[in-house]
Amino acid sequence: MSSWERFAETFLNTKVMLKYLPDILSGVVVTIELAALVVVTGIAAGLALALLRSLGIRPLNWLIVVVVDLFRSLPPLVVIVLIYFGLPSVDLSPSGFVSTWLSLAFVLMAFSEEIFWAGITAVARGQWEAARSTGLSFGQTLMSVVLPQAFRLTIPPLTNRTIAITKGTALGTVVAVTEILGQASSAMSNSYNPSPLLMGALAYIVLFFPVVVVARWVETRLAWKR
Amino acid sequence: MNGPIVDARGLHKHFGALHVLRGVDLKVAERELVFVIGPSGSGKSTLLRCLNRLEEPSAGRVVVDGIDMLDPRTDINHARQRIGMVFQSFNLYPHMTALGNVTLALRKVAGKSRAEADALGRAALERVGLGDRAGHTPGQLSGGQQQRVAIARAIALEPRVMLFDEPTSALDPELVGSVLEVMRSLRESGMTMIVVSHEMGFARNAADRVVFMDEGAIVEEGPPAAIFAKPTHERTRAFISQIQRH
Amino acid sequence: MIQSFFNPEIIVASWPIVRAGLLNTVLLSLLVVPLGLFGGLILALLASVKHPAVRWPLMAWVDFFRAFPPLVLLILLFAGLPFAGLELGGFVCVAIAFFLNTGAYYGEILRAGIDSVPGGQIEAARSTGLSRLQAMTSVVLPQAVRNVLPDLLSNTLEVVKLTALGSVVAVPELLYQARQAQSLTYNPTPIVVAAIIYFLMLWPAVRLLSRLENRAFAGP
Repeated sequence: MSSWERFAETFLNTKVMLKYLPDILSGVVVTIELAALVVVTGIAAGLALALLRSLGIRPLNWLIVVVVDLFRSLPPLVVIVLIYFGLPSVDLSPSGFVSTWLSLAFVLMAFSEEIFWAGITAVARGQWEAARSTGLSFGQTLMSVVLPQAFRLTIPPLTNRTIAITKGTALGTVVAVTEILGQASSAMSNSYNPSPLLMGALAYIVLFFPVVVVARWVETRLAWKR
Repeated sequence: MNGPIVDARGLHKHFGALHVLRGVDLKVAERELVFVIGPSGSGKSTLLRCLNRLEEPSAGRVVVDGIDMLDPRTDINHARQRIGMVFQSFNLYPHMTALGNVTLALRKVAGKSRAEADALGRAALERVGLGDRAGHTPGQLSGGQQQRVAIARAIALEPRVMLFDEPTSALDPELVGSVLEVMRSLRESGMTMIVVSHEMGFARNAADRVVFMDEGAIVEEGPPAAIFAKPTHERTRAFISQIQRH
Repeated sequence: MIQSFFNPEIIVASWPIVRAGLLNTVLLSLLVVPLGLFGGLILALLASVKHPAVRWPLMAWVDFFRAFPPLVLLILLFAGLPFAGLELGGFVCVAIAFFLNTGAYYGEILRAGIDSVPGGQIEAARSTGLSRLQAMTSVVLPQAVRNVLPDLLSNTLEVVKLTALGSVVAVPELLYQARQAQSLTYNPTPIVVAAIIYFLMLWPAVRLLSRLENRAFAGP
């Protein structure tokens, strides 16, 4: 057996790959579900917090800043472990899936609040004044004049951050979520062969690489139009 | 109506330790064009911004077209429709077309349908000579055109008073004329206007009254001929001779 | 509640274990941040050669690691390589994974910084006789770094947080040690303590970043 054949036999073993393909695919489904949940809830919550913050209620804003800072400071894996292993002590036992979802959603909420807020504050004062001088209310000005301009500024940092956090779904494997990495790891230990792991790695590339490329394209387009 | 359309009394404004307005009284009659001059930091812009409450006066009273602007029961957004404002830096919404800029408040505040608002918006753009630019975004317009769109945005709401806050200061010299032209035609149509500006030639030709402000107070006022030819106060004289030297 | 999440006796008992983890997290960060910066610098300098044959593969390299979860990379090295007869140990795997992953991120940031420096700067430097590399390192890079300082700081913060992945491959950093202490005491207090340590350690950087990024609110 040549060394290439031995390499292929070990890392690209088609028999093993075929056997565990269904497992990996079911992992892909779980990863997509988890990622979609995290993105939708995290960004929605972040936008809601940024809008709340614009109302300028002092104690509320302090609370928002502290929560945002907390989830920007903590490593996502620490949050996951804390929720998964910590909450059972108070008789709440979230599943690994729920723990991962909540943790990543909180982290994305924190980062997207910060990004939305930076976008809102970057809109010039004159825009508020012009809109208010024509009789638009605070809310109307925010919705029709300020947010549309803020969104343009937020898209590049928000997509980058969302991709980075969504990749974190792989962390779920630490708390027994059967997403891609979890499926690939258990397939590897069952088959004593690393091919499923390579298959899992490939699955991540197939899932995320197009998103990264699209994000880069959007970014350069927005940069030109400015 | 015989009473003044704008009636501001005893206006004071503090910014922290800074006392920017120190008891200003200003009455403006219907169809009058009042021109406010004075050195920078004299409180001219703050006075304008107190009239539509973009700035909250620390003390005093502002009545515009019979509405008490400082009364907490006043619907300020409704009242502001009657007071158009034009800014030094245009403040057009960059994400909207010229027509979008003009029609936003028509739809959101005046409650017009899109078709109605579009018709009124096009008419307003027509009045400032930009009927053919309705679909352009601010980035595609010159400074003078942007400022005329801003004027259209204000007049589309059919205000009773127009406030101009240094409308030509941010413009290249060759673009100033087109904006002044629009202001002149507005004046001829009988619009009540309060103008803060350094365009002394325009003041001489078009103003009914010139108000000179310094250090947060009105120093003197009168017809342009009188103020420019023989000001009574030393400070007015110094300011006018300095302006005219340039 | 306090008994289970912030038990004083357990804090005292587990402190030596957690403390050792903290120390390792600091040491690990001091290793992987320069390593990632070094990788990023190489990428950014290569990218400043505008030739398409260099630029496209580089972009693909960077995008690959932006798309690839760092944990998967780490597991691949840690659990996959032994099958090829290479057993590197958790620590070395973390170092390699960080060099690749965070290097790509740092590289992207530094490249944007270099792009933000006007071309006239290089021309001026070259006109005084500086070589390309000299112009790059002594004229362009200092300006580039200053222009993207918030992004560099933000990424460094992420790198330090990422060291928690070491716990998955048995590197005895803060999270790993805290989980050891948790399983010894059957109580989540050590993990809470670890979280508090992370927060106290990184909060100043988070605050500083917010200051750098946010202007004053213009409305209402």
